[in-house]
Amino acid sequence: MDNVIVISVLILGGIAILAAVILYVIARKFKVEEDPRIDQVAECLPGANCGGCGYAGCRNFAEACVKDFNGKVCTAGGNDVMKKVADVLGVEAVAADAKIAVVRCRGSKDCRPKTSNYEGAPTCAIAAWTYGGETGCAFGCIGLGDCESVCQFGAIKVNHETGLPEVNDEKCTGCGACVKACPKIVIELRKKAPKFRKVFVSCVNKDKGAVAKKACSAACIGCGKCAKTCPFEAITVENNLAYIDFNKCKMCRKCVEACPTGAIKEENFPPRKPKEEAAPAPAKAPQTAAQSTPEKTSENK
Amino acid sequence: MGGVHPADKKITAAKPITPLAVPQTVAIPCAMHIGAPAEIIVQKGDKVKVGQLIAKATGFVSANIHSSVSGTVKNIGPVADASGYTKQAVYITVEGDEWDESIDRTPDLKRNIDDLKPEDIINKVHEAGIVGMGGATFPTRVKLMVPEGKKADAVLINAVECEPYLTADHRVMLEKGEQMLIGTQLLMKAVHCDRAYIGIEQNKPDAIDYLTKLSANYPGITVVPLKLKYPQGSEKHLIKAILGREVPPPPHLPIDVGAVVDNAGTAVAVYEAVMKNKPLIERVVTVTGDSVNNPGNFLVRIGTPISALIEAVGGMPDDTEKIISGGPMMGKAVNSLEIPVAKGTSGILMLPKSLAHRGEPAACIRCGKCVDACPMGLEPYLLSKLAKLKRFDDLEANHITDCISCGCCMFACPSNRPILDYMNFGKGKVLAIIKSRKK
Repeated sequence: MDNVIVISVLILGGIAILAAVILYVIARKFKVEEDPRIDQVAECLPGANCGGCGYAGCRNFAEACVKDFNGKVCTAGGNDVMKKVADVLGVEAVAADAKIAVVRCRGSKDCRPKTSNYEGAPTCAIAAWTYGGETGCAFGCIGLGDCESVCQFGAIKVNHETGLPEVNDEKCTGCGACVKACPKIVIELRKKAPKFRKVFVSCVNKDKGAVAKKACSAACIGCGKCAKTCPFEAITVENNLAYIDFNKCKMCRKCVEACPTGAIKEENFPPRKPKEEAAPAPAKAPQTAAQSTPEKTSENK
Repeated sequence: MGGVHPADKKITAAKPITPLAVPQTVAIPCAMHIGAPAEIIVQKGDKVKVGQLIAKATGFVSANIHSSVSGTVKNIGPVADASGYTKQAVYITVEGDEWDESIDRTPDLKRNIDDLKPEDIINKVHEAGIVGMGGATFPTRVKLMVPEGKKADAVLINAVECEPYLTADHRVMLEKGEQMLIGTQLLMKAVHCDRAYIGIEQNKPDAIDYLTKLSANYPGITVVPLKLKYPQGSEKHLIKAILGREVPPPPHLPIDVGAVVDNAGTAVAVYEAVMKNKPLIERVVTVTGDSVNNPGNFLVRIGTPISALIEAVGGMPDDTEKIISGGPMMGKAVNSLEIPVAKGTSGILMLPKSLAHRGEPAACIRCGKCVDACPMGLEPYLLSKLAKLKRFDDLEANHITDCISCGCCMFACPSNRPILDYMNFGKGKVLAIIKSRKK
């Protein structure tokens, strides 16, 4: 009886020792040498896996940074995070322009009358695939919130009163996930200016002026007044649509006043000084635009 | 396998085809077919005659476009189609009704096809800009050019018209039966085969009787009555029902099992093009709806705005909530009445409020009715979910490209889920991915 116990203990013990030796040898032989800096870099990153950098996730980006730091930018984290990453890797960080998302459509429910009702699957991607949209403008925002659902930072939300998404400037990291999600290419990443100031053409309609205007009262009609007004040659008009180059724009806001439809939008500027009475009152844009975003959209409705 | 039985509602089956008055202006889009848009060859201010070429085919899969009216080119600009997206179109202001001299407008039948060579027929079909008139608008020439190494052994004429409400093909069969049979003979000659079958659903007994009687004079042509089921008129299902052959999944085509399938209206258009030298400039459109005053079948010039058709049936009924271009199962809701009639517009359907809206979608209860209904043997509940998650690799692995967008899954769904929306989106994306891979 004792014999059986002794033999079993010896056999099992022997197997255990043998297995331990095999495991030890294999573990030594096939050890994966991972650069400890990858973990360190990954810790510096925001960890949202937004994909704004072009890599599958933050860890992937960290690996890429360790391999070759040059030219890599964490769009969500911005210069602060890249500075930390550079410190870990012991290299010099190169400051990149921070970006911020803007919604290039002002076609709120008021300006853009509905011409049809959409009852299909409630995503922008499918609505855009199926047809031009519920209004006469086949270019503008659909408002079903694909951008909202992809934003990892809660920075973009559809305002159901206007039917348009709004960007929370404080939260937006400029990762560009919403830009990729938008099937109408309404959202654009623009250079982040101090105090989140923005001047941009808030329209993407390429129809001819009359058609665009009929579909939406706030549409860019491609009249070119802004381009003539701009002292810095930052504005180009192509395909009946104006575009402001953010690298040339000095935010003088002359174009905002010149725009007859209010398609050019200014955000986060202090209220303008009241003009002398002789000056003709420009289109409603300057008045509304003087306020911050949420208030402005409520006034638009 | 699969299929559904929607209510028939062929209100206009007994209404003869009436020519619709030529409108004051037409907008003829240059992309009315599958494939590359045609290139416009007229300019603003040009005078055109009925039947004059105004846009030229730009590739192998493309079709010529002819003026459907006589008058002056007013403008070349964008026109919205049923989807609301715009495409280029030629706007023509109508002046009189002057036809190109080469077009034979006499009603005489021309039956002598013995002198024609197959190449002549195919060239004529191409010149006349003929596309599949059932709604898919695939250029007919491409179907007739049988690739080397393959052989067509039967021409199938799709006269099923399984969509509810539509009766355009039904009336064409009754009123242009002889022309259709000669057209069928031309198609047989073009693809070098000696038999043809005309598939007709059993809900059109008058057409079956009439064509059976006529076909006695046309050797090789047989009329086949088919079971009542949607989508009996899908190309692949027609081949299965008549020849008992199954077309393998894409990229295989009907020609791989020796079949060439053309619509009844297309056969008539082929007759007119080859024997009468008349390009595809008009088509039969059913204008119908449950509460429409005077629904009917009309012979309409291409480019006529649909508002003119609605006027012809006594205006839009007050309870209209939705207007569909095509049939109720596969047609598209339109969001403007200025949309022109195109080569593939088979019907204009005005639906009252009770029929216009989708039900409130609820959660999938995994009942499997969509799987039973799918005529292609797919799993729509799974594919719609994958499309929602944008898992395009998995969609491809689960054969989304086999989907024929017939809508049976959504028709059968007790939870009113927008399955077809997801399927169409997924299929479109996957097809685009496959195409980009080839490059």
